[in-house]
Amino acid sequence: MSTTFMQLLSGMVVSVEIFLLTLLFSLPLGLLVSFGRMSRNRILQGLVKVYIAIMRGTPLMLQLIVVYFAPFYIFGIPIAPEYRFIAVIIAFSINYAAYFAEIYRAGIESMPVGQYEAAAVLGYSKSQTFFKIIFPQVIKRILPPVTNETITLVKDTSLAFVIAVAEMFTIAKQISAKQASVTALMVAGLFYFVFNYVVAFIMEKFEKKLSYYR
Amino acid sequence: MEDRNLLTIEHMKKHFGDTSVLFDISLKVNKGEVVSVIGPSGSGKSTLLRCATLLEEMDDGSLIYSGRYAAKSEGDKSVYASKEDLRKIKRSFGLVFQNFNLFPHYSVIQNITDAPISVAGVGREEAVSKARQLLDMFGLSDKENAYPCELSGGQQQRVAIARALALEPEILFFDEPTSALDPLLTGEVLSVIRRLADEHMTMVIVTHEMEFAREVSDRILFIEKGYVVEEGTPEELFASDNPRVRDFIGSIRK
Ligand SMILES: Nc1ncnc2c1ncn2[C@@H]1O[C@H](COP(=O)(O)OP(=O)(O)OP(=O)(O)O)[C@@H](O)[C@H]1O
Ligand SMILES: [Mg+2]
Repeated sequence: MSTTFMQLLSGMVVSVEIFLLTLLFSLPLGLLVSFGRMSRNRILQGLVKVYIAIMRGTPLMLQLIVVYFAPFYIFGIPIAPEYRFIAVIIAFSINYAAYFAEIYRAGIESMPVGQYEAAAVLGYSKSQTFFKIIFPQVIKRILPPVTNETITLVKDTSLAFVIAVAEMFTIAKQISAKQASVTALMVAGLFYFVFNYVVAFIMEKFEKKLSYYR
Repeated sequence: MEDRNLLTIEHMKKHFGDTSVLFDISLKVNKGEVVSVIGPSGSGKSTLLRCATLLEEMDDGSLIYSGRYAAKSEGDKSVYASKEDLRKIKRSFGLVFQNFNLFPHYSVIQNITDAPISVAGVGREEAVSKARQLLDMFGLSDKENAYPCELSGGQQQRVAIARALALEPEILFFDEPTSALDPLLTGEVLSVIRRLADEHMTMVIVTHEMEFAREVSDRILFIEKGYVVEEGTPEELFASDNPRVRDFIGSIRK
């Protein structure tokens, strides 16, 4: 019984790791991607458009498998066991970066041009204008869609089972099969629910924190 | 008063796509002068200010601040100074917008002090004390920590004027500073500008407030369809024989 519990617990830890690392990489990467998407350089813009279209147009599960097997099939590099987890983080990060990029872009493009002009006349440099004036306001505007994506990410972490990463769902499924009982799966379901509850709670706190202005 | 020239615009031309907006605008502003720009809607007043404040690039003509060329007409087009020079020249003017454009995520005091601190390199304490002085002068001392969304339009515009003044510009441009305000709030903003005029702040004001323009201006420029149709003292303009000018002034004054 207690080993079952320990197994589930280790699965939870892996799920939380996937979640946190994906956010850590995809949020800044998404910003870079959105810059590329809004670039005046047509070639860069075109490439980024294709990248976003692929990331959003194909199943994340498929992307996971491709990222996992790519080193072997393309470069003939044998797949090390540690690469499983790394592949998950890479696949999730580049997938979520595409979604976040479009959210950033919508937020940045919704900013009134008057904010840029006021900053320009006051002498702010381009980067000062972006980081001091524009971006803080963009964050406030995009918080609701980012919350949505983040909640989806919690559930998506379970997709890592396709390359047998020992996260919550993978382990729950194994235990459930061994014990011929759905209890472990129920525990997994409860875990995702509580996890998302916590995520929603934290995001709401952020929104409250930024509600001091309109 | 010394006749030091702060701004010279020579033969400014500007078009957007196929439509020419400014055909030939010339203007000289000396230190301490208040110049109003009036004219019908779409005549190019905002475009003139936007070109003068480097928000927009003009096609031809020269733009000179205190003898320094921001842009020089060469051949048939304006050649702009280097980025570095333009950055310095930018320090000599400020602009107040019709719709204020305060930074909503900054408090009133942050709106006023942030540019002096992070652009002009003024120390925080000095910037704050200067901002408080301006707020005091504009009757906004109790709003120091308020956010723009908590202020009336008139208060927001006064903060915007304070924000521009905090950088100590030599010349301040206004683009219809009161037309987003209802009449009650218009008065409080105009009185702030009047006060600046009394202190010999050099200003170029685009406005539809004829009585105000008449009262504060040293000179008035009447612009129509991208040309300066008439220029003169308020007395001269209000007594103009030009039917276009008379019609316009007559139609605006109630
Ligand atoms: N970015 C732009 N692109 C295309 N046309 C423009 C642009 N900005 C201004 N115009 C055109 O230039 C003309 C002059 O506009 P401008 O805003 O300078 O007039 P204005 O005198 O300030 O008018 P108002 O009193 O209504 O503010 C208008 O016909 C306008 O449609
Ligand atoms: Mg205008």
